[in-house]
Amino acid sequence: MKIRHSLTGNEAMAEAMRQINPDVVAAYPITPQTEIVQLFSNSVADGKVNTEFVTVESEHSAMSATIGASAAGARAMTATSANGLAYMWEVVYIAASMRLPIVMPVVNRALSGPINIHCDHSDTMGARDSGWIQIYSENSQEAYDNLIQAMRVAEHSEIQLPVMVCMDGFIISHGMEVIEMEDDDTVRKFIGEHKANYSLLDVKNPITMGPLDLQDFYFEHKKQQAEAMKNSAAVIRDVAKEWEKLTGRSYDMIEEYRMEDAEIAIVAIGSATGTAKVVIDGLREKGVKAGLVKIRVFRPFPKEEIAKALANTKAVAIMDRAESFADFGGPLFRDIRASLYDHDVRPKMVSYVYGLGGRDVMPEDIASVYADLERLVKGEQLPMLNHLGVRE
Amino acid sequence: MSEKKVIPAGATWKEIPVAGIIPTAGTAQEFKTGDWRTRKPIHDEKKCINCLRCWIYCPDASIMVKDGKVIGIDYDHCKGCGICANVCPDKVKALTMIAQSEEE
Repeated sequence: MKIRHSLTGNEAMAEAMRQINPDVVAAYPITPQTEIVQLFSNSVADGKVNTEFVTVESEHSAMSATIGASAAGARAMTATSANGLAYMWEVVYIAASMRLPIVMPVVNRALSGPINIHCDHSDTMGARDSGWIQIYSENSQEAYDNLIQAMRVAEHSEIQLPVMVCMDGFIISHGMEVIEMEDDDTVRKFIGEHKANYSLLDVKNPITMGPLDLQDFYFEHKKQQAEAMKNSAAVIRDVAKEWEKLTGRSYDMIEEYRMEDAEIAIVAIGSATGTAKVVIDGLREKGVKAGLVKIRVFRPFPKEEIAKALANTKAVAIMDRAESFADFGGPLFRDIRASLYDHDVRPKMVSYVYGLGGRDVMPEDIASVYADLERLVKGEQLPMLNHLGVRE
Repeated sequence: MSEKKVIPAGATWKEIPVAGIIPTAGTAQEFKTGDWRTRKPIHDEKKCINCLRCWIYCPDASIMVKDGKVIGIDYDHCKGCGICANVCPDKVKALTMIAQSEEE
């Protein structure tokens, strides 16, 4: 049974967590994520879940306690943002290396400084090599759907990798929209019971987790991680298909919007893609063949899908809500350029870093990017790297 | 307890448990650490009063005890730290450290 609710992104995530009913949640507050665990703790206090809620003294402890619970065989979650993610950095890698199926909402926020609490992707983009699967959400509906699907992906016996489910701070986390929720039973049946491959609390089968791993075996364990990440793409697609059958809402690694005959395209992640869709509709009415590729799953990187989607375009703008300070565009720009390297016909490709520290990206800003792409198609030169909307 | 399985050196990534998990207990027994030793404790049965201080303090569980009596030292695992000789009471001194080379 579907239930329609008007919810903020944070409320949607907290409701998904209530339906998931994890065994353990260890969390520390940080803006703009705080509301998720605060609302979830209400569910704990009201007896709506059976969760052991651990109030820890830092994000490093939040992730450490979550790792401990997961190693014990529990379904364990936490949530964070920006500097909180940075503070748990060391153990973020350990969660992935220990192959613990932890699912963590991350509400994207600028990684200071100067201090800023608003949206950009500098926090999770920094964690792109940590061995976590990364799924990004355009709106509250996707945040809800992605969080539930992430449980199945993480806990799949062949995958056993942690998942970050990301959504834009304030723009989505504090913006209210109508979303469709499934009823508790449907969600609980969909995610099923968590059966850990190993448990530290299984005293009849004592095991050691996280031992010293030196030159002779460490590399083999990294290869296993890389292989699990590679195999996770198929699982992500399968879980999405099953979710679609149940809910009618479809998901894939990427979403193509009006790409069938697109000559110019934007590739972006998160809430800005919603804005881009509106701009595209306007441009299409004027006869401009504009399209959008939205990245839903950033790790593992959907290189083939992206290359295929962009194959027939003439010019593409890759929009990164994070500055890499490499003087070579953002992380998405570089990954996409690399994805097209083996293709004989490649579109022209430029990088736009945008929206840092919560700077609004308005329809006019997106329209200006498409205007740039039209000039590029006509043969005009454009700089490879651009900072969209910054005052010159 | 599940059967002890030792992973052979040279096993491929497909053959080993994920994440370095050691899926059985007691595998340290298979790992002989005795060859790290530069000094070696010698136990004198005649002097020993079997107070078992050495057994309590030994960090490698290498003092072998049977029926409440010290019966020897597990040289496969003793690293020669000398704690046993140090905690052996002054009036007893049933444990003395010798250089590993002296004995060879």
